[in-house]
Amino acid sequence: MSPTLRIAFRFLTAKKRAMLMSLACIILGVGLFVVTQATTSGFEDFFIKTILGTNGAIKVEDRIQDTLRSMEAAGGGTDSKFQIAQKEGRKYIQGIEEPQLVMDALRGFQNVAGMSEVLTGPAVLRSSFKSDSVKIYGIVLDNHIMVSELAHQIVQGNLDEFRNTPSGALVGKYNADQFQLSVGDSFILDSAGQSRRYRVAAIYETGVSDIDKERIYLQLNEARSLLKKPTGASFIQVSLHDNDRAPEDSALMEEVLHNGVHSWQEREKSWLSAFSALRISSAITVSVFTLIAGLAMFNTLAMIVMEKTKEIAILRSMGYTRRDISDIFLWQAVIVLVIGTVLGSLFGAAATYGVSIMPIRITGIFSTKHYIVAWSGWHYVAANLTAIVMVMVASLIPARRAARFEPGDIIRGTSG
Amino acid sequence: MAGRRQSSRNQILVSPSLSSPSSLLPSPGGSPDLALRCEELHRYLGAGEGRVHVLRGVSFAARPGQVTAIVGPSGCGKSTLLYLLGLLDQPDGGAIWIRDRLMSNSSDLDRTAARCEHIGFVFQFHFLMLEFSALDNVMMPMRKLGRLTEAQMADRARALLGDVGLGDKTHRLATHLSGGEQQRVAVARALANQPAIILADEPTGNLDVRNSTIVFDLLTRLAKENGQAVVLVTHNPDIAKRCDEIKPMRDGEFVP
Repeated sequence: MSPTLRIAFRFLTAKKRAMLMSLACIILGVGLFVVTQATTSGFEDFFIKTILGTNGAIKVEDRIQDTLRSMEAAGGGTDSKFQIAQKEGRKYIQGIEEPQLVMDALRGFQNVAGMSEVLTGPAVLRSSFKSDSVKIYGIVLDNHIMVSELAHQIVQGNLDEFRNTPSGALVGKYNADQFQLSVGDSFILDSAGQSRRYRVAAIYETGVSDIDKERIYLQLNEARSLLKKPTGASFIQVSLHDNDRAPEDSALMEEVLHNGVHSWQEREKSWLSAFSALRISSAITVSVFTLIAGLAMFNTLAMIVMEKTKEIAILRSMGYTRRDISDIFLWQAVIVLVIGTVLGSLFGAAATYGVSIMPIRITGIFSTKHYIVAWSGWHYVAANLTAIVMVMVASLIPARRAARFEPGDIIRGTSG
Repeated sequence: MAGRRQSSRNQILVSPSLSSPSSLLPSPGGSPDLALRCEELHRYLGAGEGRVHVLRGVSFAARPGQVTAIVGPSGCGKSTLLYLLGLLDQPDGGAIWIRDRLMSNSSDLDRTAARCEHIGFVFQFHFLMLEFSALDNVMMPMRKLGRLTEAQMADRARALLGDVGLGDKTHRLATHLSGGEQQRVAVARALANQPAIILADEPTGNLDVRNSTIVFDLLTRLAKENGQAVVLVTHNPDIAKRCDEIKPMRDGEFVP
């Protein structure tokens, strides 16, 4: 053990209560940082999972019709010296006329994991006592379960019934409750001037209230017939191997396909920004504890420096350098910091576990019955780094002050 | 001289004197026979109208094995001279040699290294580290010098504490020792690195007559046994009379 570390250990006992206060602040600061990041990240990750599980990573939608202005801005030919992407002046033609061609083109993208063409249209769901507007989603089931979590969202019934029954429908739990529908019950859908009876093959719940109260899944051919749209698709839902590359892939797809392509990050930008702001603001807020820890350490070390001036003088007279004196006080901060960050991380982990089993009922943009947490090593890294920076910066000032003491002045002042 | 030297407890210790970088070559004005030498030292304290000329051209030399007492009234500059000789302070004029090496114009690091290796201090107030045991206090300068293993340092510290009559109290915390015992630990600590020079500022000033005699006898006996120069500042005429040389001081100068 170095001589300065040995001395630092003993000096720590000089101000036990004050050091314990700094230690407590570090533990709280690190622990609370971890648990707040775990919860905010947890909810954010769950929201992203819900989004990807319902609306997919990428949506290929309306076709872009180039206007003269947008073509001029894009330059012409391979010898163009410049190219300006210009969205102003574009026209979008609703829907996809040749979905199979688009899907063939999409297969050329390495990151694409699955594709599903979807046909949508408005309808009215009618029962004996109630009617309400809904949106028809015509899907090919086997394709659609590749681009969504539909298979895991079934809460009653099963998808085989839907697959095997042309007039089968998947109804959201909200609508099922509102219309008092169970699996096997029938209901009427009115659309495009016709009425048809369908049977509930299964009931699903995504947790997203806008989806659960609006969407009725039908087989694609049945939807075409009901909506009188024999060709084309409203959009193509795409799943990716690496969802984080969705923005880059969608930009490339838009260039290649000349269709509007929207990544999940673009579609949910406002919610994602809100989650990010919440995560950052909670980190800043709990960092106050760590800031207090730094101030407490500054105060404690400053007091120890004032009380140990004679010891500093005698150490200097024995041959301890200014750097040694500074190290003695910095070591004290390091010792408290090491203990604090370890205990703080343990406290953070325990608190995160405790929060994860706390019940809470949230519906809206997603649905959950308990707190959702994300377990990530980076939360602990960020928490500990914050504590280290704040405490060590605060400790530098008293440590450097102690190093600047002149032994002669101190000894002269204490001699009789 | 370089080589091996017997300590009072028959421990073989390497002399630190010429093996260290800080005492390699003699510098102009130095003398190989002297442990310490100063010439025309001046020191001012305070500032502005309160500035005082504390030392007025003091010259002094100390030989190995010699005990010198500096005596004089309060405020005559005795302690200031001692702190300059101990490189705890820097003169405003003049030169100081420690074992042939000119130290008065050297860097803070060089002066600190010289204090570690060549100078031992005993102050009026023991200045022990109260959170540490007697053994740890004596080992502290040895740990900084870093020439011995932990076991060797502990052995030497125990031997020194035995020499000062505290062999059975090595593990007692400094705060649990009496005033006389604490000062004896301070003496042992000052001798820990076998320095060439021991500087003592009123080492018996806080002790009763009996302990004063014990501490003084220990300090001088051990220093002479090890060939160390002792320079002590004292108000005590009985102590001064027992030294090899007395240097009376008044108004910042030695008086004949």
